[in-house]
Amino acid sequence: MTVPGQSAEPPLLALRDVTLAFGARIIQQALSFDVRRGSIFAVMGGSGCGKSTVLKSMIGLLRPRAGAILVEREDYWAAAESRRTDIGRRFGVLFQSGALWSSLTVGENVALPMQMFTGMEDAAIRRLVRLKLALVGMEHALDQYPSELSGGMRKRAGLARALALDPDVLFFDEPSAGLDPITSARLDDLIVNLRDGLGATIVIVSHELPSLFAIADDGVFLDGQTKTAIAHGSPAEMRDHCTDPQVEAFMRRERLGALAGQAGR
Amino acid sequence: MCRLSRDRLVRALAGAFCGRAASLVVQGGRSHIDGRSGTIDATTPIAPTWRLDQTGGLVLRLSGDWIAQSGEIPAFPPADLPAAAGNAAAGSLALDIAGVGRWDSGLIAFLWDVKHAAASSGLVLDTDRLPPAARTLLGLLPDTPAEPPAPPRPRFNPFARLGAFSLNAIAELGVVSLLLSAASRGAIRALAGRARMRPVDLLGNIRDAGPSALAIVSVVNFLVGAILAFVGAVQLRKFAADIYVADLVGLALVREMAAVMTAIIMAGRTGGAYAARIATMQGNEEIDALTVVGIPVADYIVLPAILALAFTMPLLYLYGCLVGIFGGFVVAIAMLTITPAGFMNETIWAVGLDQFIFGFVKSIAFAILIGVTSCRIGLKAGRSAADVGTAATHAVVTGIVGVIALDAIFAVIANMIDL
Ligand SMILES: Nc1ncnc2c1ncn2[C@@H]1O[C@H](COP(=O)(O)OP(=O)(O)OP(=O)(O)O)[C@@H](O)[C@H]1O
Ligand SMILES: [Mg+2]
Repeated sequence: MTVPGQSAEPPLLALRDVTLAFGARIIQQALSFDVRRGSIFAVMGGSGCGKSTVLKSMIGLLRPRAGAILVEREDYWAAAESRRTDIGRRFGVLFQSGALWSSLTVGENVALPMQMFTGMEDAAIRRLVRLKLALVGMEHALDQYPSELSGGMRKRAGLARALALDPDVLFFDEPSAGLDPITSARLDDLIVNLRDGLGATIVIVSHELPSLFAIADDGVFLDGQTKTAIAHGSPAEMRDHCTDPQVEAFMRRERLGALAGQAGR
Repeated sequence: MCRLSRDRLVRALAGAFCGRAASLVVQGGRSHIDGRSGTIDATTPIAPTWRLDQTGGLVLRLSGDWIAQSGEIPAFPPADLPAAAGNAAAGSLALDIAGVGRWDSGLIAFLWDVKHAAASSGLVLDTDRLPPAARTLLGLLPDTPAEPPAPPRPRFNPFARLGAFSLNAIAELGVVSLLLSAASRGAIRALAGRARMRPVDLLGNIRDAGPSALAIVSVVNFLVGAILAFVGAVQLRKFAADIYVADLVGLALVREMAAVMTAIIMAGRTGGAYAARIATMQGNEEIDALTVVGIPVADYIVLPAILALAFTMPLLYLYGCLVGIFGGFVVAIAMLTITPAGFMNETIWAVGLDQFIFGFVKSIAFAILIGVTSCRIGLKAGRSAADVGTAATHAVVTGIVGVIALDAIFAVIANMIDL
């Protein structure tokens, strides 16, 4: 288990006693965890416990009510707006519902960040766009509009867009929800290889424990009742060692799922 | 990342002993070698280069920093490959990226081109020497690029356009009529107490359409009345017919201006809002969800929209008449030698009840027109954000043009029945 603030190398991202709230309603409080560089970090927990909200505060969409979010020791929310934009450019985000820009084609969606933030020529951008789309198996949909895609295809296109700028940190909100098992396994592969190959750090919100057991090497378990983290460590560690009934229940249900998945394979 | 020290040594020697030759092979060879010996300098990336080595099997050797955003990733010309392949004994192409410093997806993009070229010239790509991550990423990519089907480019043909436009207009007329009849049936059901329209929705729509539009209706009608009085005063004074300003203002407002102006305001405010709201619902598949649950769109969305407009518009019209006449009154009193009582008298005498009824009926017709067209435009909108904007614009334009065209029709009818 990684106890916050005790690892030797400074973490890439760190939350320190963060409180998140919408209006008067507190979603999570006293939340602390570290995301090591190069790790695949899983944010787990029941539906509605605030996983997406935590992600939002890490990518700069929701200012924490209290506490600090450190990006390489720099307090993200204390930084000036322009500095935050610079930091944010190193992030790639896949939103829970894809969040493609609906008036652009899939190809344009992926190209837009490159056109905005790099000086690359059109031909070079086109080449990279095709690469990123091919990585997620969406090359054929280059000229289609998001409204013409299926839910899973939108997700994959969103992933290609998240990869556009070769980000240092990739945030995935439920990447495999709505994907078939093969595509989902391919996505796991892709995530691991993005980490190994491109050196990206990956923060992933997911319920798909079979895939989390396979790829995640660190994580945190959020609880909607106590409104804070109740377990730290990799999903496999939590499964084997954690005694919290909440976590156990979560993992046991998923273990049944994993067994069924193995039987089917 | 994954550099062979042997290779590094060879390169360093090559650089030291024949720097000229080395820099021919490797662009910026000097800085490259310097960069190798020390830590990688993030600010000055080494230009990416590649070289096809044919001694002892075909080997593609890459070196430099392969960073996509540098914009320097070279193209891999497949034309070279078959010729080279002819020379190669074994039909395989090995990849060697030992000389590569930093890399990201730019390297993968290049290797993908190589993969295409190798596949098209029948070479087997030997990726054993790639680091595992690069190998797997490359493995995820297809051998041959899937060309997306070219979008059909319609040829411009004025007759086809005209025909399509006319057919579309006729079809739209049909659809709007159907929608209107569905809404009327909903209204009849509502009267019978079996409607699927919720009173809450109707009240909400009325609130949005009516009271919140009062301010802008007041301002516009007051100004229209004032302008009419002003124009009239300048002309009528020449004939010493000052008092007829009251006739002019009263008749013009009650018969035409108050109804048309109010309708135009409502087309812009409420019609646009309806279209945008319904188009957004379309994009979120909310309309689909209504259909699946079995709630008729005509009852749940269109009917309250039309009813709200048909209820508020005549009231706003009457209110607009009063405010407009007041505007004319203020200007007339200020500019001309008329007494307030005289103006009032003249107005009441000139503007009969039938004129009010005419305007009242017109404003109800305008309301129905705006309601049904804006709902229809929202319902047929596409599913993107831009489509919502298009729908709103379209609804406003159609509403305004429709109101004025309908007003012209009313004018002709009034002329025929001698109103
Ligand atoms: N914009 C918002 N305003 C108010 N409350 C919100 C808002 N967004 C989310 N919430 C609330 O915050 C809580 C956490 O939401 P969040 O989307 O983070 O859940 P989650 O853990 O991602 O759930 P899921 O697994 O279902 O995606 C929920 O109770 C939700 O009602
Ligand atoms: Mg969520």
